[in-house]
Amino acid sequence: MAAYIARRLLWVVFLLFTITCITFVIFSVLPSGDPAVARAGRSPSPQLVEVIRVQLGLDKSKPEQFINYIGDILPFVGGNGIYLGFSYQNNTDVLPEILERLPVTIFLATGAVILWLSIGIPLGVLSAVKTGSALDRIAMGIALLFISAPVYFFGLVALYLFDDQIGIWPILPGNSAYGEADSLLGKAEALIMPWCVLAAAFAAIYARFLRGNLIDTLQEDYIRTARAKGLSERRVIFRHGVRAAITPIVTLLGLDIGILLGGAILTETVFNIPGIGRYAFNAITVSDLPVIQGTVLFGAFFIVMMSLIVDILYAFIDPRVRY
Amino acid sequence: MGAPLLEVENLKVHFETEDGLVKAVDGISYTVDRGQTLGIVGESGSGKSVSSLTVMGLTRSRNARISGTVRFNGKDLLGASEEDMRSIRGNDIAMIFQDPLSSLHPFYKVGAQIAEGVRAHRDVSKAQAWDRAVEMLSLVGIPEPRKRADAYPHEFSGGMRQRAMIAMALANDPKLLIADEPTTALDVTVQAQILELIERLQSEFDTAVVVITHDLGVVAEMADEISVMYAGRIVEKADTDTIFAAPEHPYTWGLLSSIPRLDASRDEELVPIPGRPPSLINLPGGCSFHPRCPYVREAHKKVDPKLEPVAGNPGHQSACLLDSSVRRKLWSELRTGVKPDEARADVMAAEEKAV
Amino acid sequence: MSIAASETSGSAPVAGEKIMEVDGLFKHFPIHAGFFRRQVGAVKAVDGISFDVMRGETLGLVGESGCGKSTTARLLLRLMAPTDGSIKFEGQEIADAKGPELKALRREMQMIFQDPYSSLNPRKTVGSIISDPFVIHGMHKEGGARKKAVQELMDIVGLNPEHYNRYPHEFSGGQRQRIGVARALALKPKVIVADEPVSALDVSIQAQVLNLLRDLQRDLGLTLIFIAHDLSVVRHMCDRVAVMYLGRIVELATSDQLYSHPRMPYTGALMSAVPVADPRLAAAKKRQVLTGDVPSPTNPPPGCRFHTRCWKAQEICRNEDPPLEPKDGGNLATCHFPLTDAEVLERVPTARNVES
Repeated sequence: MAAYIARRLLWVVFLLFTITCITFVIFSVLPSGDPAVARAGRSPSPQLVEVIRVQLGLDKSKPEQFINYIGDILPFVGGNGIYLGFSYQNNTDVLPEILERLPVTIFLATGAVILWLSIGIPLGVLSAVKTGSALDRIAMGIALLFISAPVYFFGLVALYLFDDQIGIWPILPGNSAYGEADSLLGKAEALIMPWCVLAAAFAAIYARFLRGNLIDTLQEDYIRTARAKGLSERRVIFRHGVRAAITPIVTLLGLDIGILLGGAILTETVFNIPGIGRYAFNAITVSDLPVIQGTVLFGAFFIVMMSLIVDILYAFIDPRVRY
Repeated sequence: MGAPLLEVENLKVHFETEDGLVKAVDGISYTVDRGQTLGIVGESGSGKSVSSLTVMGLTRSRNARISGTVRFNGKDLLGASEEDMRSIRGNDIAMIFQDPLSSLHPFYKVGAQIAEGVRAHRDVSKAQAWDRAVEMLSLVGIPEPRKRADAYPHEFSGGMRQRAMIAMALANDPKLLIADEPTTALDVTVQAQILELIERLQSEFDTAVVVITHDLGVVAEMADEISVMYAGRIVEKADTDTIFAAPEHPYTWGLLSSIPRLDASRDEELVPIPGRPPSLINLPGGCSFHPRCPYVREAHKKVDPKLEPVAGNPGHQSACLLDSSVRRKLWSELRTGVKPDEARADVMAAEEKAV
Repeated sequence: MSIAASETSGSAPVAGEKIMEVDGLFKHFPIHAGFFRRQVGAVKAVDGISFDVMRGETLGLVGESGCGKSTTARLLLRLMAPTDGSIKFEGQEIADAKGPELKALRREMQMIFQDPYSSLNPRKTVGSIISDPFVIHGMHKEGGARKKAVQELMDIVGLNPEHYNRYPHEFSGGQRQRIGVARALALKPKVIVADEPVSALDVSIQAQVLNLLRDLQRDLGLTLIFIAHDLSVVRHMCDRVAVMYLGRIVELATSDQLYSHPRMPYTGALMSAVPVADPRLAAAKKRQVLTGDVPSPTNPPPGCRFHTRCWKAQEICRNEDPPLEPKDGGNLATCHFPLTDAEVLERVPTARNVES
């Protein structure tokens, strides 16, 4: 097990390095706005742009820029810890900015995860047990709707209907409410709509996934054995069926959490929530390379780590898995 | 002798599907006495598994149409409530299956799976149930049972898994054990171990056994009585010696001559049954075996044969439209190595002469 | 049938001529562990076997799951490379054949698989499945000739040539196995390896396929290597039989000799374990039930590999590995204490049959 984890961690480092390379190539080799011009402000003199160029190290060759960038990231090189560069736009270090936004993103993600699990799982089980019933058909129809509709569309519809400023039924705090709220309860209230919007699609995916899995599982020989033992139907379905059918959901959940911790870009943008996602979105609109690279790397880190955690967890939930 | 332990009467299990009505089991009757072993032989699709799952109340498909009667210890099972059936399953009637790996839950320890079955029917503590599991594992010959109870199914070998399944099935001292292809997935030396084990436990606890298999060798070694199934019906039924020594149905003959036998000459030709089993949706009219039967006559395509006692042996029943004397002639010819075609020609000629 | 037969007439069966020679064949599958994936052991699937295959014979390989019989088959066909040892086909070393040499070899040897459901591509017509070998080896290039050749093959294996354009799912299990046989025959190979060809089929269908294989083998003068776990089927099909246990051949003899006078206790146990479809014989025989399970092929027991389950084992069996050598009756067997005739008679139904 230890050897397995060690090898996987090595793999994580390699993966993050590759991702860094790719983002660097995409954003600095491919043509985009000149960061020095963007930073220099309105109608700058050529001299000023040139000074900024030197300041940012943009006068150096691309490979040199890349080596410097990598050197800054590595915690034991250059004596500056993990350094993700600083934002061209705001003139601030990237890492502290990300860390400052992290709690917001975690808050958003946690609430959404709890919400979609507590809706998706019971719905999936119910639909599987009552396959073909009216309940199953209605639930799966609605699920399909939620999966098909993009979050930004849904978010806007939600705002249009329920926003306390502009909504038809103004019952929930909506756009920008998070930034304005000062108490934890207020922030939570501001997140009700984003949580629901974000969780809707996931709940639908999880319900469908679990339903399919459970229907297959209930055909398994060991379910027949459980019934042949004379167990109650409830025990057959939950202890034997759901226990096996729900296991692959751990993989799904791990990756989804990883993705969300990297920032729920669309939800955060639609609802104007000051998390990592919105930070990344703003950076993209102004070609703020260090921020883009920082947030991409951060997001990738979460995904890779979560998938490692999932694989380790598997050894505990499925006795057949051994490393 | 009192009433039989299990009485199945005119059991029909039909499934409504989009393609039509699938007559998986189409009116079968049999009885099993205490301590007796009944063998049900048939190929895939003959209805042998469906019928016993129905006895257990495990035919759950919503489109299943079940009729007839199943009485266990005098109690009607088809009309019993789900709760009553639950208290019988795994308690009075237990079942073991073909593939012990897929039949055991991969996530739970073997001991826990046995103990769970005990607690479903007995008001005992977890520790007592666990002790019973260990006791059962030891009874079925698993070494170091206390340690092995703590292991998962994938850590067992194939034979050990089937032993564990048997331990689970017998944990509540059932009166009837249904074994559905219990050794098909196992190697031959392991198969011998499992057959030996079932026989030993059966005589020890006077359990009745229904063994369902396609393997004539297995029933020859285990069963007291044999029912041969074809296309959802029982086509022949007799005590084991009679089935092998004096069978009276062409399908049984076909089965017996299509397997290479260790006790016959090596050069003996196998005589396959031509064609393939019929679709259960569109059964052939008349005798459902007639398209594959070498001795078919025009009338057999219209008249549906009933399972009737053969002359001189009321315990021996056969569903064949040929005259009993003709059947006996045919079988004695087949036994001496005559091919079905030649045998038919001979017998037909003899018959014409008689007329 | 005549067409194929006439074309192979150049290699008509010659009694006693070796078509394949296997010497000291090993196949170990390495097991890796630890941070650097060091090799910590090996599954010794085939662990030093030697035997010859005679031209035109049917050689049986029997044994329980994990004994290495399927691995041996794949090595013979060079579907995998051996760890060590020599395989000669018509005198030519093929153990290390590669590329074009291997491709040429494929025309000489073909395989029939166990599962007629999964070994046929469901999206291809039967015609294109059977003609695949022609395409790969660039034979019968003109479209018409290819179709004609395929239909001849279908006729040989007892399929209706008019079903050329049907898909595998339209056929029953037995017919699908016939398709597999036709595909294997397409290149007119000299050797065919059949790996459990009937174990997935219903009893009444098995006999159809067995008869087909036996007829083809005789009519086309094929060399057939027949792998099965069903001892009755092997006896019916094979001229000679090799019994395998834990990666080794433990007994090798002609079918008649093996089934009437097995010498290795393991062979005797196998035969006594087969359920006989005759209640009187079944009641009369003593079932030799082996205790325990087959040991792990990763760590086979020292001495005779069978000693952990053998009721005749003594001190020497635990220490000395017996060689495969002729025993009384002519069987080759690896045993320090071969079965006596009395022991055989008690346990083996076929011995009783021969005596009476």
